Amino acid sequence: MKKQLREIAHARSGDKGDCANIGLIALQPEHYPILVQQVTPERVKEHFRELCKAKVERFELPNLYALNFLLYEALDGGGTVSLRTDAQGKTLSAALLRMEIEV
Amino acid sequence: MIRIANAQGFWGDSLEAPLEQLRGGPIDYLTLDYLAEVTMSILQKQYARDPKTGYARDFPQMIERGAKEIVERGVKVVANAGGVNPEACADAVAAALARAGYAGRLKLGVVTGDNILPRLDELLAQGVELRNLDTGAPLSDVRDRVKSANVYLGAFPIAEALDAGAQIVVTGRCSDVALSLGPSIHEFRWAQNDWDKLAAGIVGGHVIECGAQASGGNCQADWESIPDLANIGYPILEAEPDGRFAITKHPGTGGRVNVAGVKEQLVYEIGDPCAYITPDAIADFTTIQLRQAGADRVQFWGIQGRAATEFYKVSISYSAGFKAVGSMTYGWPDAYKKAKAADAILRTRLQKLGLHFDAIHSEYVGANACHGDLLSGQPSPNLAEVTLRVGVRGNDQAAVDRFTRELAPLALNGPPVVTYPSGGRPKVEEIIAYWPALIPKTEVQARVSVRQA
Repeated sequence: MKKQLREIAHARSGDKGDCANIGLIALQPEHYPILVQQVTPERVKEHFRELCKAKVERFELPNLYALNFLLYEALDGGGTVSLRTDAQGKTLSAALLRMEIEV
Repeated sequence: MIRIANAQGFWGDSLEAPLEQLRGGPIDYLTLDYLAEVTMSILQKQYARDPKTGYARDFPQMIERGAKEIVERGVKVVANAGGVNPEACADAVAAALARAGYAGRLKLGVVTGDNILPRLDELLAQGVELRNLDTGAPLSDVRDRVKSANVYLGAFPIAEALDAGAQIVVTGRCSDVALSLGPSIHEFRWAQNDWDKLAAGIVGGHVIECGAQASGGNCQADWESIPDLANIGYPILEAEPDGRFAITKHPGTGGRVNVAGVKEQLVYEIGDPCAYITPDAIADFTTIQLRQAGADRVQFWGIQGRAATEFYKVSISYSAGFKAVGSMTYGWPDAYKKAKAADAILRTRLQKLGLHFDAIHSEYVGANACHGDLLSGQPSPNLAEVTLRVGVRGNDQAAVDRFTRELAPLALNGPPVVTYPSGGRPKVEEIIAYWPALIPKTEVQARVSVRQA
């Protein structure tokens, strides 16, 4: 069954320069393997292709049932340089939760 | 066990939180983080105009309001409010204590040595290139435009000030987690190579450093059920000598401390979780164990760390051109279509004027500003309103200024059902950009002084 990621995960995002980070956390431990399997860096890069101009890196935190994504060149130059409303990537967490996954 | 309460996640955070942390229950330490990256360049600018300024003025005001609790209950305060002028900040704190009737009652500690702006040319001449961590470029590329340069110092100088009897410690730039790690090092005599304990202190500091983001603020997990955000309690770190700790908040306050919310903060603004690098140790976030241990209490254990690197991180700010952002709001029907048409007209006019920018960026607030076109989908023609928000960026200040004159005319000579926001035309802002770099620790000497207030 197709679901939006928001149904099985929550997230928080922020910035380091022009790089955005999105921490993605499974709401239930049993959903963590789905995140690992389906929310790959390649898919996240494809998902954010309009906003993220460089690579996406992924790190696993199995102890927290969480993944951490780094989206390089995703903030139009970052904090003080960026012309975006969301210059610090604070809402990108929710943007990731729009992704469709198979549960 | 010691209780470390954080009450400021950035300069501009709640003015009441420090007082509520002091008054809401027992605490041993109050920590306040005032320094975002942008703050240092602003403070440096103030300092250049008036050498008595250059620090976070909210801090002495807070000390004056909270003096009774701080002095009479012996609460220790650690804040990076010193900005680029920690000594002047300490003077202002002493004056605030005197105004509150507590002159001469406690010792003030000051940590300096983070500000390397005056030494920049000497360092460059010695071959310390301060290459940009992201791009690899040498600092000499932008040397003439540098506004501030500060090293992120660690927690040991703070502990040293506390060891010397300071009750209020004012620092310049230090790592955010140093504010709460310093007190644990001081209280528990943690050594420079107690990597696991230091790592635990780093993780605890990371959880509380953004204030109420650890206690129910900005929390996506079941946010509507989080009680009484109007009276949100800021986080309290209950640290044990062996490195275990709990995160909680004062009883009777709003918000929520639970595993889901604390996890959101743990993954906030981190890179490789196996290597959370600070000046004092490297913490491995994949070793964190945590569990709910009662209402509004999350317990942590098992955290491992390893030796710190041979470098400090440096945050350098430099002038990088100009920008301006303005907006026009279009109402139903077809609000998005009208805003789009206005944007096309505006861009044609900017082109006709021969204005060149490094970037022109248009957003449609209400339709797709946060997540972009692709993820937001096609906006409904029935949207009640859409705000066209256009920004330009470039080195030519005159061109950026000319842009700010091109928005208002659209109210009369562009698409209909439009309102121009009050507050006049957009402001031209100087862009202060950041240059992250590394410096060998051997090049930096933290200095600690303690005096009677």
